[in-house]
Amino acid sequence: MSELAVRVTGIGVYGPGLTGWEQAGALLRDGRAPAATEAPKPAPPLLPAAERRRAPDTVLYAAQAAAEACAMAAADPALLPCVFSSTQGDIAITDYMCATLASTPRELSPTKFHNSVHNAAVGYWSIATGCRAPSTALSAWIDSVGGGLFEAAVQTVDGDAPVLFVAYDAAAAGPLRSVVPFDCGFALALVLAPAEYGSGTQLRLRRAGSADTSTPAADWMQALAARNAAAAGLPLLQALAGAGPRHLRLNAGAGFALQLQVTP
Amino acid sequence: MPTPIPPLAVTAHTATSAAGRGVEAFARALRERRGGLRSNDFGSEPLACWIGRVDGIEDTPVPAEFAAIDCRNNRLAWIGLNEDGFLASARAAVQRYGAERVAVVLGTSTASIGATEEAYCGLADDGGFAPPYRNFLLHAPHSLVAFVQGVVGATGPACTVATACSSSAKVFAQAERLIRLGWADAAVVGGVDTLCGSVLFGFNALQLVSDAPCRPFDVARRGISIGEAAGFALLERTDAAGRAAPQLRGWGESSDAHHMSSPHPQGLGARLAIADALQRAALDASAIDYVNMHGTATPANDAVEAAVVAEVFPATTRASSTKGWTGHTLGAAGIVEAVACLIALEQAFIPGTLNCSEPDPLCGPQLALDNVATAPQFALSSSFGFGGNNAVLVFGRGGRA
Repeated sequence: MSELAVRVTGIGVYGPGLTGWEQAGALLRDGRAPAATEAPKPAPPLLPAAERRRAPDTVLYAAQAAAEACAMAAADPALLPCVFSSTQGDIAITDYMCATLASTPRELSPTKFHNSVHNAAVGYWSIATGCRAPSTALSAWIDSVGGGLFEAAVQTVDGDAPVLFVAYDAAAAGPLRSVVPFDCGFALALVLAPAEYGSGTQLRLRRAGSADTSTPAADWMQALAARNAAAAGLPLLQALAGAGPRHLRLNAGAGFALQLQVTP
Repeated sequence: MPTPIPPLAVTAHTATSAAGRGVEAFARALRERRGGLRSNDFGSEPLACWIGRVDGIEDTPVPAEFAAIDCRNNRLAWIGLNEDGFLASARAAVQRYGAERVAVVLGTSTASIGATEEAYCGLADDGGFAPPYRNFLLHAPHSLVAFVQGVVGATGPACTVATACSSSAKVFAQAERLIRLGWADAAVVGGVDTLCGSVLFGFNALQLVSDAPCRPFDVARRGISIGEAAGFALLERTDAAGRAAPQLRGWGESSDAHHMSSPHPQGLGARLAIADALQRAALDASAIDYVNMHGTATPANDAVEAAVVAEVFPATTRASSTKGWTGHTLGAAGIVEAVACLIALEQAFIPGTLNCSEPDPLCGPQLALDNVATAPQFALSSSFGFGGNNAVLVFGRGGRA
């Protein structure tokens, strides 16, 4: 059976009550639920000030978590292939686009249009960091954390070099609230490295089978994952923090789930 | 630098665009130099431009069990899957290898956004979507893969790649890795994008839409003609497929790190992706007989790409853009142009460039205006997207190890 073995050398997270790995990791280790239900708008250090002001929320959340993971890994972001994954992209921009098209289509903003592409976050990130390595923007609907983690692990093993993985989603906006249940922003990022080198927590991925059992995530994690699908990665973050089950099941698509093994 | 990869067999492929439904119609249009563009008749307030529209989508609903995600994009996917026996080939792969061993990796830029646009035109009293549109998946970028995965019956790794206009080229790279690393025995790759307000008015806002049929590489080019298309390919290991099928020989991916909607002025990212693709194919640029360029007909893209091709490839390589036939099919451009390369390899002719009469002086001797009767061994296809996202594929003729 196929297995992917990688190391996690950097971690970043940004969401309600989880505003950085140091704070979130401590909370997850203690098994506490976050107190806050909202997070202040992130101000990612690697984006130029002008971009921080006008960039869509998805770009800010993704870049915030990505910058933190790269700093912890002491990795030069210019050299890391990027796998960014999101259920829905920037819903506020989709709302703007659809509302404008329904009323005054000829007045559509050109900047909002090029920000509407699903790869806007990874595009801004690669421009800000001067990264010319391959970059991709994926979706596996509400299983985008697992789908993106899987592709990032495949690329780490294939390229025998570190890869930056970011999963993010934003709050729904406008009439889209009637179909997209997300009501907060959330992003997590991991720098994955080949298992053979260096130090760092080992992560093994294989296809989950019917014999694999899984412990349900804590209630507050499930509740946050319902508010933003990127938070489905919280049980993995808890295991990386050194607490909670070390064997986890993570959905990666319809009929395709990963069995993860975390070894500190 | 990457190491060479074993080739994969392309055991089935198909494309449906304004240039025709299925490979034979596309090949005939290319051979007879009959483009599929028409004056824009899409939507209630059409912009004065030309589009590549597929007829009959409105009359072809998806199968009833997928009615919840029925939309223009999945309808075109359904039409495309039923050409060239592709759906039967994909289902046969599921039978042969088992559902878990067949991956589905598809590219799209806007997926089902047309359905979201429609929902905004008739909101319910509570300000939300009207009942037929109250379905989360219908409005998700993943709607295409969910549909195709369901129709094919595959449960292997399944993923949407949405990197704008490089999407359905990058799927070949992702699927190749999955098969080589042992996570799948076959992969359905490809992509679908359909006409919608977002792209027509969006590219218009960026002043990238031509008011006349697009003229790739012509000195008088004024922008793109937006098109819609569906295309698919089935990838398998060569030992399972025999020697006759054409082959995926290499892929390369890169980022420009320059600008969200303009290419790097020296085409640095494009050069990196071409170099990596050639390295994986273990081929020198001189081995490439045909380059299907991205060739969108915007002033900036074609200027950069013309200079890159002129410098990287020898004078004997033929290069062309087929967007004069299909329009720029955005997230489906990678698969449509992969199929154009496969047609060149299998039918022994290189398509020229439609609507180009006076080439930009930046173009090298590689640019083919007329079709060329020759039997290429190797073809390379370039796809470049917003965000500076680049992907390059190399295909080879079958019948070799």
